[in-house]
Amino acid sequence: MYFGLSEEQKSLEENIHRFLEDNASLDVIKAVANGESEKAQQVHQGIIDLGLSGLVVPEEYGGLELNMLFATVVASALGSGTAPVPYAGSYVMAPIAINLGGDEQQKSNWLPKIAGGECVIGVGLSEYVGAREDSGIEFSNGKLSGRCLFLIDGKDADAYLLADKSGQLFLVDSSSSGITVTELTTVDKTRTSIELVLDKVDAEILPNSSNKEVIEKVLDAGRLMLAADTVGAAQVMLDKSVAYSLERKQFGRLIGSFQAVKHMCAEMAAELEPCHSMIWHAAHCQDKVPEEARLMACQTKAHVSEVGKQVSKTATEVHGGMGFTDELGLHYWFKRIGLNRQLLGSPELIREEAGKLQGFDQ
Amino acid sequence: MDLEYGPQYDDFRAEVVSFIKENEKTKLTGPPRSESRVEWQQKLIDNGYFARSIPKEYGGYGGDMDIIKLRIIAEEFAKSPIPKPAGGQGIQMLVPTLLSLGTEEQKQEYIKPTLRGEILWCQGYSEPNSGSDLASLQTKAELDGDEWVINGQKIWTSTAHLSQMCFILVRTEPDAPKHQGISYLLMPMDSEGIDRRPIKQMTGDSDFNELFLTDVRIPAKNIVGARGEGWKVANATLGHERGSLADPNVTQNRLNSLIDLMKNETIDGQRVIDKPIFRDRLLSIQGRLMAQQSNALRILSSQINKEQDANLAKVIVKLQGTELRHELEGLAIDAMGELGTLYEDSPHLRDNGAWQMTYMYYLGLIIGGGTNQIQKNIISERALGMPKEPKIQGA
Repeated sequence: MYFGLSEEQKSLEENIHRFLEDNASLDVIKAVANGESEKAQQVHQGIIDLGLSGLVVPEEYGGLELNMLFATVVASALGSGTAPVPYAGSYVMAPIAINLGGDEQQKSNWLPKIAGGECVIGVGLSEYVGAREDSGIEFSNGKLSGRCLFLIDGKDADAYLLADKSGQLFLVDSSSSGITVTELTTVDKTRTSIELVLDKVDAEILPNSSNKEVIEKVLDAGRLMLAADTVGAAQVMLDKSVAYSLERKQFGRLIGSFQAVKHMCAEMAAELEPCHSMIWHAAHCQDKVPEEARLMACQTKAHVSEVGKQVSKTATEVHGGMGFTDELGLHYWFKRIGLNRQLLGSPELIREEAGKLQGFDQ
Repeated sequence: MDLEYGPQYDDFRAEVVSFIKENEKTKLTGPPRSESRVEWQQKLIDNGYFARSIPKEYGGYGGDMDIIKLRIIAEEFAKSPIPKPAGGQGIQMLVPTLLSLGTEEQKQEYIKPTLRGEILWCQGYSEPNSGSDLASLQTKAELDGDEWVINGQKIWTSTAHLSQMCFILVRTEPDAPKHQGISYLLMPMDSEGIDRRPIKQMTGDSDFNELFLTDVRIPAKNIVGARGEGWKVANATLGHERGSLADPNVTQNRLNSLIDLMKNETIDGQRVIDKPIFRDRLLSIQGRLMAQQSNALRILSSQINKEQDANLAKVIVKLQGTELRHELEGLAIDAMGELGTLYEDSPHLRDNGAWQMTYMYYLGLIIGGGTNQIQKNIISERALGMPKEPKIQGA
């Protein structure tokens, strides 16, 4: 019995941390947030070179075929660096969807390109989870029409993976005619988000996704990635808070020696430390214990989002006025956690789902 | 990641299951220390289901320290109505302390009867003026010939009315700095000069006592560790207490009962669990509990795989576990509404008043065993490396 990361997983985590420290410093993040998207491109190429785009792609399609625990380690490491790159949608949810729901031709067409870093796929499941502003898509006569909001990794994507309300999955080539893309600028400028309007657009059905099993697996994986991203980001906010409290002096002493500050840090640590174990455990369930995977994914996304909210608020407070400034840049982590919380279902929405999964409504 | 115990444990689990099946109907009657209880405790020891890794010469089973076997025993016993091994502060705190720091004579004299449930122990730590600041304790002991003479007052001494012995912290070196002036003594409760007064608590029960000690004489050899080392000795045992206060697997049983309760209680004919806000509170508690269970797996893993560090995971257990449990019990009361405030005999009483009782009891545990504010000091100082509060001169 061993509950934790393997040596291989730890060294992958370390490699990503080191890569981001060297290539995605706070200055780079600020530049990306101010519109210098070519800087994000360089970081993106870097994670492709690290093999992250093909992490969950099966070996026969040119990927590394690693499990969800590896993917979780990556997501958490990218969150800790507020990395301005596509990941959860394009490199985890999309390949899982195509691998499980696609036919042989779709798999051999898309999976090697994903693994090789040659294509980005934006993922739009928001309407399946909970449609806002009457958005949603409908498929008829081989064409998709409708509107999708908040596609994950959707900006400049080569294709879109979309779901209708029944959970049926579709692939749309982004160069097809009838597509209007509008960028949605969220508080989190380390990642991009788009709105799609489709007017009778050519679409491929993923033929094996007509029962909900595939979309549920894709959703579980996506929620876990977002939770892991939040855990990574929140851990950095806690670490920065402790470090700051050991530098900053007031009333002639380090603020980290005041119980008010110590207790804020202790509360963050007490909430956050179990979240590391929780995302590992949720990943393990997706890898090995499928009957527990759904509930675990829901509760992990919901709980980690709550903890992330608390940590990001408290950590900002520990930094006092500096925490509120752009100069210190702590807000990039705060906003990253804020976006993760809403994507693929806010905690209340997901807990409702978790209740149904357990038959509470019966 | 590997959550399997491995096929080599299948036989062991089968043995435990068959023992439980044979003995499931065992009913223990009579007060603590009665013959049937001692016999049962001994039977558990003989089969290796209790005191498993404690050497035979001290009354244990003398088995290997295999964490997974201990886990399997706990899992299988938890599933069955079979009487569980006796616990208490003697078994949880004193025995581990004597095993690591006691003299050979002390081990021979006390461990076996403690394991068998023939000697019950209480803990003489807190004093009216020394609670969170335990090391400021003032109860003193002076050596007079071959006897310690103890004078002072202890408080929050649980089970003192049932106990034969007390492990007690006393000041023996009044001139030394406060942490270095304390000794750890073993005091028979039938000694002359012990006056006990029960403390009635908010639950209505009296689990605790005050002890007034006037010229209590005990043998000089009844000291564990050297003079002035009592603080270190006590800290070894406080660790044992904290770990046992808020086991998430016990909380899981409680959550299952809460789910049943919320399916059974109705408001205007609608089940409480169908009311969205109640259901959301329930699910949010479940999410927190699942996080704590994952944390517990990591701690278990670190006990099996010694190279794995789980220091922070361990020091948060008491804080997180007691707060969650208190909130869980509180949700049950809210789910019952006015009915939840019934506490004594009433035809409308649910579960014998257990939810109110446990709700209050866990508030007690949030305070006891080192208040949760002290826990936050420990987390920030020992796990996060933050500085101690500067000392006020003269304190």
